[in-house]
Amino acid sequence: MISHLRTMWLVFLHLFKKKVTIEYPEEKAELHPRYRGRIVLTKDPDGGERCVGCYLCAVACPVDCIALQATEDENGRRYPDFFRINFSRCIFCGYCEDACPTYAIQLIPDFEMADYNRQNLVFEKEDLLIDSQGKYPGYNFYRVAGLEAGVKKKGEGENEEKPVDVHSLLP
Amino acid sequence: MSTIYIDNKQYEVKAGKNLLEACLGLGIDLPYFCWHPALGSVGACRQCAVKVFKDENDTHGRLVMSCMESIRDGLHLSVSDKTAKAFRSQVIEWLMTNHPHDCPVCDEGGSCHLQDMTVMTGHDYRRYHYKKRTYTNQYLGPFIHHEMNRCIQCYRCVRYYHEYAGGKDLNVFAAHNHVYFGRERDGILESPFSGNLVEVCPTGVFTDKTLREHYTRKWDLTTAPSVCNHCSVGCNTIAGERYGQLRCITNRYNSQVNGYFLCDRGRFGYEFVNSANRITQPLIRNRTVEAVDEAVLMDHLRALLTNHTLIGIGSPRASMESNIALMQLVGKENFYQGISDNAVFVEKRIVEVMQSGVIKTASLHDIQQSDAIVILGEDLWNTAPVMALAVRQGVMKTAAHQALQNRAIAEWHDAAVKELVQQEKGFLANCTVSSSPLDEISSSVMHKAPEDLARLGFAIAQRLNMVLPVVQLNDDMSTPAAVIAAALQKAKRPVIISGAGYYNEALIRAAFDIAAACKATAEEVHLAYVMPECNSMGLAMMQASGFENAVLRTSRVNNVTAIVLENDLYRNVPAQIADVFFNNCQHCIVLDSLHNATTQHADVLIPAASFAEADGTLVNYEGRAQRFYQVFVPANKNMQESWKWLMKMQPVQTGSAVERSYHPEEVLAMGEQLLPRLSGITAVAPPRNFRVNGQPLPRAPHRYSGRTAMLSNLTVSEPKPKQDYDSPFTFTMEGYSGMPPSPLIPFFWSPGWNSNQAVNKYQEEPGGSLKNEHAGKLLFEYKQDATPVYFKDIPEAFMVRHEKWLLLPQYEVFGSEELSAYSKGISELSPSPYAALSQLDADPLSLVNGSLITVKIFEQVYELPVRINAAIPKGVMLMPAGLAGMPVMAWNSWVQIISIRL
Amino acid sequence: MSATEHILIVVGVLFVLLNIAAGLIWVERRLLALWQDRLGPNRAGPLGVLIVLADTLKLFFKEDWIPPFADKWVFILAPAIVVGSVLLSFVVIPFAPGIVVADLNIGILFFLAMSSLGVYSIVLGGWASNNKYALLGALRGASQMIAYEVFMGLSLMGVVMLSGSFNLGDIVAAQQNLWFVVTQPVGFVIFFIAGIAETHRLPFDIPEAESELIAGYHAEYSGMKFGMFFIGEYLGITLISAMIVTLFFGGWLGPAFLPPLAWFVIKLFFFIGLFILLRASLPRPRYDQLISYGWKIILAIVLANLLITGAIALWLRG
Repeated sequence: MISHLRTMWLVFLHLFKKKVTIEYPEEKAELHPRYRGRIVLTKDPDGGERCVGCYLCAVACPVDCIALQATEDENGRRYPDFFRINFSRCIFCGYCEDACPTYAIQLIPDFEMADYNRQNLVFEKEDLLIDSQGKYPGYNFYRVAGLEAGVKKKGEGENEEKPVDVHSLLP
Repeated sequence: MSTIYIDNKQYEVKAGKNLLEACLGLGIDLPYFCWHPALGSVGACRQCAVKVFKDENDTHGRLVMSCMESIRDGLHLSVSDKTAKAFRSQVIEWLMTNHPHDCPVCDEGGSCHLQDMTVMTGHDYRRYHYKKRTYTNQYLGPFIHHEMNRCIQCYRCVRYYHEYAGGKDLNVFAAHNHVYFGRERDGILESPFSGNLVEVCPTGVFTDKTLREHYTRKWDLTTAPSVCNHCSVGCNTIAGERYGQLRCITNRYNSQVNGYFLCDRGRFGYEFVNSANRITQPLIRNRTVEAVDEAVLMDHLRALLTNHTLIGIGSPRASMESNIALMQLVGKENFYQGISDNAVFVEKRIVEVMQSGVIKTASLHDIQQSDAIVILGEDLWNTAPVMALAVRQGVMKTAAHQALQNRAIAEWHDAAVKELVQQEKGFLANCTVSSSPLDEISSSVMHKAPEDLARLGFAIAQRLNMVLPVVQLNDDMSTPAAVIAAALQKAKRPVIISGAGYYNEALIRAAFDIAAACKATAEEVHLAYVMPECNSMGLAMMQASGFENAVLRTSRVNNVTAIVLENDLYRNVPAQIADVFFNNCQHCIVLDSLHNATTQHADVLIPAASFAEADGTLVNYEGRAQRFYQVFVPANKNMQESWKWLMKMQPVQTGSAVERSYHPEEVLAMGEQLLPRLSGITAVAPPRNFRVNGQPLPRAPHRYSGRTAMLSNLTVSEPKPKQDYDSPFTFTMEGYSGMPPSPLIPFFWSPGWNSNQAVNKYQEEPGGSLKNEHAGKLLFEYKQDATPVYFKDIPEAFMVRHEKWLLLPQYEVFGSEELSAYSKGISELSPSPYAALSQLDADPLSLVNGSLITVKIFEQVYELPVRINAAIPKGVMLMPAGLAGMPVMAWNSWVQIISIRL
Repeated sequence: MSATEHILIVVGVLFVLLNIAAGLIWVERRLLALWQDRLGPNRAGPLGVLIVLADTLKLFFKEDWIPPFADKWVFILAPAIVVGSVLLSFVVIPFAPGIVVADLNIGILFFLAMSSLGVYSIVLGGWASNNKYALLGALRGASQMIAYEVFMGLSLMGVVMLSGSFNLGDIVAAQQNLWFVVTQPVGFVIFFIAGIAETHRLPFDIPEAESELIAGYHAEYSGMKFGMFFIGEYLGITLISAMIVTLFFGGWLGPAFLPPLAWFVIKLFFFIGLFILLRASLPRPRYDQLISYGWKIILAIVLANLLITGAIALWLRG
C-alpha cells in the first residue's frame, strides 16, 4: 500500500521534470551515422553498381517490399535489371542490409520520406542508386568472387591462384 | 527386414541397402555428395561418415562411410557421434577451401546441395588463409553454363553423363587437386540428356543457361506440377513462373514415369510460352478492327455456331479436356482427329491392342527393370528420349544383375559393379530403320525398312510360338531373329517397344505378336508403343476419324464452320489437303497459342493458354492419364484454356442464357459419358476442392519474396491474389505448408533441404516411390486371363524399286517437335533440312555428303543436301520430320531424284 | 423551482458533463504525457485542446461497422446503456445548493442502482460481439462488478449512518463541520477502490485489458459506438469523483471566497486527476488476484468498518 502511494507520488513528481519530447519538425533529432532510415544502393570503388541481383535482400524482407530482376551484361557481370522498393510497405528493419553480401544495399540516416501520394513511395533503381560507396568504402565483390565478370580475370582475384593448366602433368 | 540401432534407437530397415540409404529413408539427416540414388555409391566424397560399433558394448567404434556399408542385422551405429560429426564438418571445410565466394551470383544458390550440406554440418567460418584454386570455363552449348571454380570433385557429373546417360564428350581430366570436369575442348554437349547435369551437380558447376536469361531463385518461383508436352512419354515436370513469364522446367520425381531425369527437349523446350509469336488477342479477320474483346467475339460466334454444320478438328497436343469440350460442342459424329488417316489407322490399332488387355503396358520403370528389350521400328532416341534412357538403364541393370549372381556384392556398390560388369550388356535388340546411339549398347542391331522389320517381328513371334505362320526371311535376318527369339525365351521380364513413328501398322501387330508369344515363358511381359505427340494416345482413344474424312465431309456440305483446336494442320497433313479443307469451310475458328500456318487461315482466331497457363490432362504412350496444373494466370485475360473457350461457346450455340464456368473434372466427366472408353479418367487427380487440414496447397514456397513490390510500379495498392477454382492450389505461398500428396507436389523442399535432393524426404525410401504415390491413372486395364489373338497377316518383304526411294521420316530430338522448336537453344541445335540415303544408293549416283539433290514428291519438288548414312537400308530415303519451315512430306510414298548438283 | 429553471438545470448539467467527459480525453492524454516526461497532444489548438474535436471527428468518420456475425440489435444497444446509466446517476448529485436535477431522498440507493446497470452494457456488448475475447472481457466485467458492487454499497453505509440520510444533499449538509473522510477513512478508501473497479479504469481495467484481451468487450466496436464506450468511461470517472466529493469531501462546501459550485468543481477535478495518476503509475493486477482481494480482504474490512461505525454511532448517541 505504502509502495503504491510512493509510486504515485514519484510519478506525480515527474510533472516537474524536463520533457524529452523533441518537437519535430521545428526541432530535428540528431541521427547517428548508422541510423537505419531510407534505403539506398551504393556503388563500388570502380564506379560500378554494387548490386549483383542475388535476391537475398528480397527474401530477407519480412514485408516482401523488395522486387528485382537480375540480368547480366556482356561480360557476365550480374546487375539488377530493375530494383524496386515499395517504401509504403517498408518497416525499416534493416534485414536487407544485413543480408546483402556485397554491401550494395545500405540504410542511411534519412527518414523524411513522407508523401501525400503513396505511389510516390515506390522507388525504382534510378531513385535508389547513389554515387557513393556508403559505409563500406573499398569493397568490390567481383574482386573476391570466383567468377569472371569483366572486373578481373580468372586467377587474378585477391585470393586466387593462377588457373589450373589441365594439360600439365606437373604436381 | 533387418534391425539396426542408430544412436541406440532401434529401427527396422530393408536388408540389402546401405547405411546412408537407410538413414535417409528413416528421415535422419546425413550429408552426402557423391552418392545419388540413381547412380549408386562410390565412397568418394567422404562426407557421409558415421561411426559403426562392433556390438552394443563397444564404445570406441570406427568411422565408416555410410554409403559403402551394408546393413547387417543388429548393427550399431551412431550418426550424432562427436568424432563422426567433426569428421563430416572437416570434410566440408576442406571442400570449401577452394570453393569461390560466388553464392550471390551463382544460379545454384538457394537450391544448392553444397549450401545445404555446409549448413547441416555446421561449417561456417573459413580458417584456411591460403589462395583458392581456379579453373577456366568451357562453352558447353546453349543449355549448360560451366563454372568450374565451384567444383567439389564429387564425380557425379561424369558418372551420370558417362555411365548413366552414355554420353562420351564429358569427362574428367588432369590429376590430383587439378582434376577438371568438362569436355576435351569447348563445344556443345552431345548428349540430349545434358540438362540433368544441372540437377546432378551438387553445386553450381553446371547451371541452366536458359534460366540465366531471366534468372530467378527457386524460392521466388511460383511452381505447379506439370507434365511435359514435348513427346508421348509424359515426364512429370515442375514448371516455374516469375513476373508472368515461365522461367524454368525442373524434374518432378515419379517412380513410375521419369524418375530423376528429363531430356533436354523437355527441360529447355519451354520458351514457346514466352514467345513473341503468342496469340494475344481474339481476332475476327476481314474487319476494319480485327482485334476484339470477348463479348464481341461471342456475339460474332453466335452467327457462326448456329445454322451451320459444325466440324471439330481435335489435336494430339491439346489436353483431353480441350478435345472433349470440342467433341461436346460439335457432336461426336462431327469430331475428327487433326492428323492424317495413316496416322489414325496406326494409332487406332495401337489403342485396340492396348485395349485388349492381353499385355501390360510398359512404364519407364518396367523398362528399367526389364531383362530383355526389343525395339521394333521406332527411333526411340529421337521420339521418346527419356524412354531411350530407360532402355539404357534396363540394359545396364541386367548386365549388373548377371554379373552379381552368386556374389556378395550389393547392387548399389557402383564402382565394384562396374568393375565386374566391364563391357557386358543386357539384352537389347534395336531394330530400326537408321542408326541411333542405342546401337552401341544393343546386342542385336538391325537396320531395315519398316516392312522388313515387321516381318522380322513376326518371325521372332513364330520362333517363340510355333503355331504361328512361318515367315520366310533372308539369311541376314533369320539369324538375328533366332538370336532375339532365344534371348526373349530366356527373359523373365521382356519389354517390346514399337511405335507409330513410321506410320506402319504391321509393326504394331508384329510387336504385339512378339509380346503375346513371350507370355508363355516370361513372368511378366510389357509392351510399349511410342506415340507421336504428348496426347496422341488420348486423342486416339477418342476413336474419331482422320483429317482426310473431315475434308471429304466439307466437300459435301456447304455451310461448314470448322473449329480447329490447337493444331497446325500444315504440320500433320500435306499442304494441299489442308488448303482444300480451308477452301471448303465457310468459316474457320482456330484456337491456338502460337501463330502458325493454320492460324493464318482462321476467320476467327482465339488465343489459347499454353500448358503453363492451363489445367488439363494428357494421356501418355502407356495410356496413363496425368494432370498438369496451371502455373500462373497470364496478365492477358484473353489467354484462356481452349476447353474454357469451347465450354463458353456451348451456351452461345444452344442459345441458352445460362452461362456457368466448368472445371477440368467436369469436362472429363463429360468425356466419360461421351466415350465409355475413357471411364476412370476423372480419377486422374484429386478433386479441385481437395484440402489438407482444410487448407489449399500453395504454389509458391513460404519464402516467396517481393509480393508487395512486384506490381507496385503499376499501382501501389496490391491486387487481390488470383484465385484458382480449378485445382487445390493457391497462387501464393498461403496454404498448407507441409508435404503435399504425390500428384500435387509443386516443388520439393524440406527444412534444411533446399535443393532438389529434398526429394528424399518425399520418398518411401531413397530412389523408391513417393509417399502415397498416385502416378496418374492408367486407362488400359490388364486382363489376366485374356487370350491373345495373334495377327497372322504378314506384310510382303520390302522391295527396292528402281530409281525410286521409300520416303521415311527421320525424327530429331531437337527440331522435330513443334513447340520446343521455339526455344532458342533447341532451334540452334536442330539440324537444317536434308535427305539421308544409304551408302549403297549414294555410290551409283556418285553422291557425297552435302551434294544437293532435287527430289520429287507428288508433283512437289524439293532441293536438299544429302547425308549419307551407312546404316540406312537400300531403297529408303530419310528426311527430317517436323522441322520448322519444312513442309509435311507424304511419308511412305515413293520419291524420285530428278536432278543432282554435286 | 420553476419548470424552466428545471429544464435549464437539466440541459446545463448534461451540457457540462458531456463536455467534461470529452475534455477528459485531452486532460488524460496531456497528464499522462507529462507524468511520462513527454508533452502529449499539443498541436491542435491552444495547448492541443482541439485534439478532442479531432478525435471526435475521427470517430464520426470511421466506418461504423457491425460484424456480420454479431447480434445486431444488442450490439447497438450495449454502448447506449453505458452512457445512459451513468448520466442517470448524475441526476441525484448536488453540484451546489439548488443545482441538482432531482433531490431524491434515496439518492445513494439510486446511484448504486444506476451504476450497477452499467454492467449490462459490458455483458451485452461482449455477448453480442460473438467474439471470444469480447466474451471473456464481458465475463470478467460481470464478476468484477458483482464483487465490487457489494463493497461500494457497504462502504457508503458508514456515511449513511453518520448522516442519518440517503439524500445526498443532506449528506453534504451533514459535513458542515467535518468531512466524512475524517470519520470514515476506511469507507473512503474502499469506496475509492470500488469506484475504480466500477468504472474499470486502470489498474482495474480487467474487462478490456489490451495486453491480454486485445480490448475485451469492445474489441469489435468501432466508430461512434466505440466512442460511446469511451465517453461512458470518462463519465464514469466524473461520476465516481463527484460521488467521492459529495460523500467524503463535503461536496460544494468550502470557504466563502469562492462560490459553492467552484469548490465542487475544484474538488471534482482533483479526484479526476487522481484517477489519471493511478493509471500513470500502477500496473494491472491479475484477474484472479483482483477478485480474491475483493472477496477475501475488502469484504472483511468493510464489514468491520460497518460494525465499528455502527458501534461508535450507537455509543455516541448512547
